[in-house]
Amino acid sequence: MKNENLYNYILGIADNSLILGQRMGELCGHGPNLETDIACTNISLDLFGQVRSYFQYAAKIAGDERSEDDIAMLRKEREYKNVLLVEQPNTNFAYTLGRQFLFDVYHLAFLKELQKSTDLTLSAIANKCVKEVSYHERFSSDWIKRLGDGTEESNAKMQEAINDLWTYTDELFHQTNADKAMLAEGIGVDVTKLKEDYYNRVNAVLEVATLNTPESKWFQKGGKEGIHTEHLGYLLSDLQYMQRTYPNMEW
Amino acid sequence: MTTTEQNIDKKLIAILEQVSDPEIPVLSIMDMGVVRSAIISDGVVQVEITPTYSGCPAMDVIGDDIKKALLDAGYKSQVELILYPAWTTDWITPRGRQALEKYGIAAPLEAQADKDVLLHGKRMVKCTNCGSQNTRLVSQFGSTACKAQFQCDDCQEPFDYFKCLK
Ligand SMILES: [Zn+2]
Repeated sequence: MKNENLYNYILGIADNSLILGQRMGELCGHGPNLETDIACTNISLDLFGQVRSYFQYAAKIAGDERSEDDIAMLRKEREYKNVLLVEQPNTNFAYTLGRQFLFDVYHLAFLKELQKSTDLTLSAIANKCVKEVSYHERFSSDWIKRLGDGTEESNAKMQEAINDLWTYTDELFHQTNADKAMLAEGIGVDVTKLKEDYYNRVNAVLEVATLNTPESKWFQKGGKEGIHTEHLGYLLSDLQYMQRTYPNMEW
Repeated sequence: MTTTEQNIDKKLIAILEQVSDPEIPVLSIMDMGVVRSAIISDGVVQVEITPTYSGCPAMDVIGDDIKKALLDAGYKSQVELILYPAWTTDWITPRGRQALEKYGIAAPLEAQADKDVLLHGKRMVKCTNCGSQNTRLVSQFGSTACKAQFQCDDCQEPFDYFKCLK
């Protein structure tokens, strides 16, 4: 492939949305109430829509037979480049919202920067996505405040989720080889520069929510390089079920 | 305010106005502002449409419906999905806003007012059933991602509000 770095860079962005979209989609029909159920699946739909734009572009870059669906469905676990955070399971509603919030804050900041990309397709996609993701971020931060500053039980559950998910936040700011190459070309975003504002914003919301910022300095990593937690395999077996059962089927 | 020019051949306007948004049948895609250009070149109509939201599942259907409407009028066509400039609710025409309200979906407010109702619980969205502004947000997301769910505290009617997107 002529432009392998760009291809990998696009997948690195899109896989986060794909895997998180799948996680949120799992709640279809299982949300705690109807409105929240619809909200979660709408976020999922937004994310899948974004993924389509990215994968259509990636397929064009690849320039071979592969389609957007092939990229989404026909890779193995190790070939997915999403961060570990987004593949974490819906343990309970606090985990679902905690995961969403910790990702949304990053996602919004990332897209704001990607809008400035010298790659016109990527900047157009970012331009579109940023409007949608600002709604996601509003939704999830509202819930963090509501549950954190809610009852004793909701506070405890929210705190537990934030504590457990915290270890996956640092990876958001790790640079891959594709990141470095694309940054040098003016196409990519310097994720290391997003870190300070990220933790400031997250901490501000946690404070309003009367939640404590976890103190642990031990962070997990690996997702961006394809080394995932055990949860991804199960998620993929669900996501890829139709393609495995009826190979090459199309809508 | 975004005022990006549309480039649509006058001969095609009436044909394209027959195509409606499959999720809001009373609203033509022209009034929705999703058709950005339609020009005839070498006997083939080249159409560019832009999605309202990335995940809008209606776009494929809209593309097919456009091709069919044009074919019925004797034109072959190609439809391309473009992402830039990004769609904004400013592109909904006054006639489109009326159609939305009549269908039971409150039309988008200006950006600041939109924030006030969605974030700060301000009661400003007009109930599509009785016209009262004594309405409250039930959920940031309604029946589709582009809408929020409201309820009127006078007549009790639940309704969708089309969120402002700029
Ligand atoms: Zn009313």
